[in-house]
Amino acid sequence: MSDDLHWHDACAVDDIETEDVIGLDIAGKPIALYRSPDDEFFATDGLCTHERVKLSDGLVMDYVIECPKHNGRFDYRTGAGKGAPICENLSTYQTRREGDRVMIALPN
Amino acid sequence: MFTTDDYSLTGQQTQRAIDTGLTTGEWYRSPVPRKRMKELMQREDAPAIRDTIIWVAALLISGGLGVATWGTWWTWPSFFVYGVLYGSASDSRWHECGHGTAFRTQWMNAAVYQFACFMIVRNPTAWKWSHTRHHTDTIIVGRDPEIVAMRPPRLWRIAVNYFGLLDMVMSLRSMLRHATGKLDSNEASYVPETEHKKAFLVARVWVLIYALMIAACIATRSILPAMVIGLPRLYGAWHFVLTGVTQHAGLADNVLDHRLNTRSIKLNPISRFIYWNMNYHVEHHMFPMVPYYRLPELHKEIAADLPPITNGLFAAYRELLPVLFAQRRSPTTFILRTLPTPVAKELHV
Repeated sequence: MSDDLHWHDACAVDDIETEDVIGLDIAGKPIALYRSPDDEFFATDGLCTHERVKLSDGLVMDYVIECPKHNGRFDYRTGAGKGAPICENLSTYQTRREGDRVMIALPN
Repeated sequence: MFTTDDYSLTGQQTQRAIDTGLTTGEWYRSPVPRKRMKELMQREDAPAIRDTIIWVAALLISGGLGVATWGTWWTWPSFFVYGVLYGSASDSRWHECGHGTAFRTQWMNAAVYQFACFMIVRNPTAWKWSHTRHHTDTIIVGRDPEIVAMRPPRLWRIAVNYFGLLDMVMSLRSMLRHATGKLDSNEASYVPETEHKKAFLVARVWVLIYALMIAACIATRSILPAMVIGLPRLYGAWHFVLTGVTQHAGLADNVLDHRLNTRSIKLNPISRFIYWNMNYHVEHHMFPMVPYYRLPELHKEIAADLPPITNGLFAAYRELLPVLFAQRRSPTTFILRTLPTPVAKELHV
């Protein structure tokens, strides 16, 4: 599986606050990178599946990201939508820490 | 010039809005630093729990007094208060809990949403999607299902809705249609099929409740049961229409800047409680994830980037009524706001 993935250097650990999200453009793909309340990193597609709004402008509450336009919610650990207006889950991507850097794996 | 048919969500204007990029446009947002916006978006349960306790307690007290004093003159002031709490405060609770911003805890939003939807007679599923579209395409002709003052405006329709008359008839008709398992063509254009069953189930439960209420009226040979359930949507609607009409009426349509198509007004504290601060309506549309209890702070944060706030209901109606009257003969007339900063996007008027 790992042969199909390419690890990208996304950002420094300190670029993102605890319980927050930042938006990244990695290889032309919008990505949302989250730092959870227990200091883990998660990555999902950067745009809401409902109307393609940037999730990085939204609010992180515990393990939920709320879209800034229509308040659609996802569990950013699994990408699962949590009710209307979300009808489609988010894609998620593996992350890992390497020293003070955060890496994200995207499919080749 | 538009006709009423152009406000259909499946007509020529719908295609025009899509073709001209109005439906996928980037809306203007006043600059707010991310750190500050995070503070403004933060949710708490306490303010909405406090307000909900006050609301429900006031409903029980005023409704109880209305019932207890039925047949005397004292019943009318009691039902006056009860009506506004039932027929108008339910509108703002429907709205805020539909956005999911009133409470931090989502089941609380969902519970109050269902309660308020019943009172205001808005199907919780159909109206969730209707309001979602209203925020995507605010006052975009052919896309927004919640345009109150169409051009040319049919003022009598707005006027009778201060007493919920037309609105209630249409709502009950929708409820019966939903109960038989059907959506109208506009609803079908924005409610996904996977959501239809939910809409129909709630409508069937509501029909049962209304049937019980009517049976109680017949059994007691009195309209008192209807004064408690159903009729307050008529006699208590005036406050939500009074405030709601000011939100967009007379302003621009087909623009991608809420400063041009939405109005914020100053309001007294009682009306703000009933309306849950939706008088800060430009702010709400620009940043819908900010809960109602932080809208005054948001207003201060971005006030310099907005047109001056309208100085109360009287000032709002003094501005909008002449324009609505003028639009009957000249539908292209509208109020063009002067903006403190250059408009970021083409107006698309």
